[in-house]
Amino acid sequence: MRAATLNGSEEATVLSAPQGSRPLRTAPWKDTAFEWLTWLFAFLVFSILAAILVSLVIGSQLTLDKYGFSFIWRADWNPVTEEFGALVPIFGTLVTSAIAMLIGVPVSFGIALFLTELSPVWLKRPLGTAIELLAAIPSIIYGMWGLFVFAPLFQTYVQPALINSLGGIPGVGVLFAGPPLGIGMLTAGLILSIMVIPFITAVMRDVFEIVPPMLKESAYGLGATTWEVVWRVVLPYTKVGVIGGIMLGLGRALGETMAVTFVIGNAHRLAASLNAPGNSIASALANEFTEAVGDIYFSALIELGLILFLITSIVLALSKILLMRLAKGEGTQT
Amino acid sequence: MSAVPAPVGVIDSRNPLYRSRRRVNYFLLAISALALSFGLFWLIWILGTLLYEGGNALARATLYYQMTPPPGSDGGLANAIAGSLIMVVVGTILGAPVGILAGTYLAEYGRKGWLAGATRFLNDVLLSAPSIVIGLFVYSIYVARVGHFSAWAGAIALSLIVIPVVVRTTDDMLKLVPNSLREAAMALGCPVWKMITLITYRAARTGILTGILLAVARISGETAPLLFTALNNQFWSTNMNAPMANLPVVIFQFAMSPYEDWRRLAWGGAALITLAVLVLNIIARALFRKTD
Repeated sequence: MRAATLNGSEEATVLSAPQGSRPLRTAPWKDTAFEWLTWLFAFLVFSILAAILVSLVIGSQLTLDKYGFSFIWRADWNPVTEEFGALVPIFGTLVTSAIAMLIGVPVSFGIALFLTELSPVWLKRPLGTAIELLAAIPSIIYGMWGLFVFAPLFQTYVQPALINSLGGIPGVGVLFAGPPLGIGMLTAGLILSIMVIPFITAVMRDVFEIVPPMLKESAYGLGATTWEVVWRVVLPYTKVGVIGGIMLGLGRALGETMAVTFVIGNAHRLAASLNAPGNSIASALANEFTEAVGDIYFSALIELGLILFLITSIVLALSKILLMRLAKGEGTQT
Repeated sequence: MSAVPAPVGVIDSRNPLYRSRRRVNYFLLAISALALSFGLFWLIWILGTLLYEGGNALARATLYYQMTPPPGSDGGLANAIAGSLIMVVVGTILGAPVGILAGTYLAEYGRKGWLAGATRFLNDVLLSAPSIVIGLFVYSIYVARVGHFSAWAGAIALSLIVIPVVVRTTDDMLKLVPNSLREAAMALGCPVWKMITLITYRAARTGILTGILLAVARISGETAPLLFTALNNQFWSTNMNAPMANLPVVIFQFAMSPYEDWRRLAWGGAALITLAVLVLNIIARALFRKTD
């Protein structure tokens, strides 16, 4: 009976089930109890996300009732008259994350390419670790460094150059209008881009490594250059995983709080210029939550949190699904 | 000019098409190396700034035994350091066992039923969920009910960040344990719970420990979830039912202030946290490498 059930997970059921003629020496209740204990904790972890969702919905009941969906596109945010809308923070969150992706994705791709195809073997580990350490630095450090070190330099040297060169072009010029303040959406986006690089790079490296060497060698054998191999063989083979990695980075960028709070300027207004200070959902929460007075104000802030939670969860879930699809196809496409 | 040139090979360097392909290749590979330097540049710049701005503050002994000062005067971060230590330890003690047991279910019993797959999926979402939302969650389920900010709330918020990290690593590490070990234990008549606690836990313990260390490193620098839960405290306090000072929130408050002394202390705290986090990361990596 036992010999037949050695492989894998059936042991649990068999051993805890009644054994018929020959009783087990150890009491099977301990097995059942241990399995139930671990099940209980797995269920606890399973229900955390749902619990967060429910508590945020309950917390934002007041504004949900008052505004319904119009909360998302209302632009006022006035604690005095108690009129609230989420448009400005949502806009800031999306714009800063978009800038972060625009810079972070190509850079991460370059780093992953270097680490998987170009780097000498002895340099792979130290360089890879160094890039991963970027993810270990707490976000408040990025914020402080951004505010005190990066923003002043950016204001003196980079922003004037951007305004002078790009500010005059019709269309694009609107994005770079206004005085150089150092802080603002562009600065926040830039710092976010540094913060997402390690996450996207890690996923890209992992998926590049799973490309069967045979595919790459065939391409090299036909005379392809390293770049052609990466662009025409590695990338098409791993595109689902690469997109999953980008989504993971996006999820991180959308929810990043402290770094953005330091440098975005915390101005509650809608501006087309990237030089202008703005506000993101997370920074609005960090700045205003402990000082909020009045039930509606609280409820509006919690609804902001709810919107952020929904957006990031959807993005992260998509990322996970894409990465799982790649893992599933791994064995079949060789 | 009228003579037809001798045919050149596809990858012959006299072939203009191949030369241009090679140029494109070198150009883009150079850009890839630049991208790497771009990443390293920020790392070095940020660490250099911390060393430069925080080095002096770190070297002053008052940082470690004096309390956070009132605006515009000199002091230390003793209460914030103690508060951070307490909350990180309590958060880890609350979160790690939950994570280990849940991870055990995923790896050891996960092949049947719906729960394991669903939990694994949601846990990965939770792993990257914005930490400020975790703060909001603990605020609404605990702080709002009790009516005051407290160190317990801070520790609970941190434990919610520990859990997904530990679940993920425990699950991964237990799955690395070879099945033959489990089968050998079963063949000796060992019950499943004993097999897991005595055999597979032991085989995976460095991996699980690595996960816990990484979780500790992650929560040591977390600011957002503490803003609405532990808040801050200007004085020495070890009362878990009262607001408690902690490094990240003190850094936030001091850095945003106009006072020179406060900002200097903020840099000291920032250097201290980063140092601790990096050391924890490196220890975790070294431990993990030993298991390979």
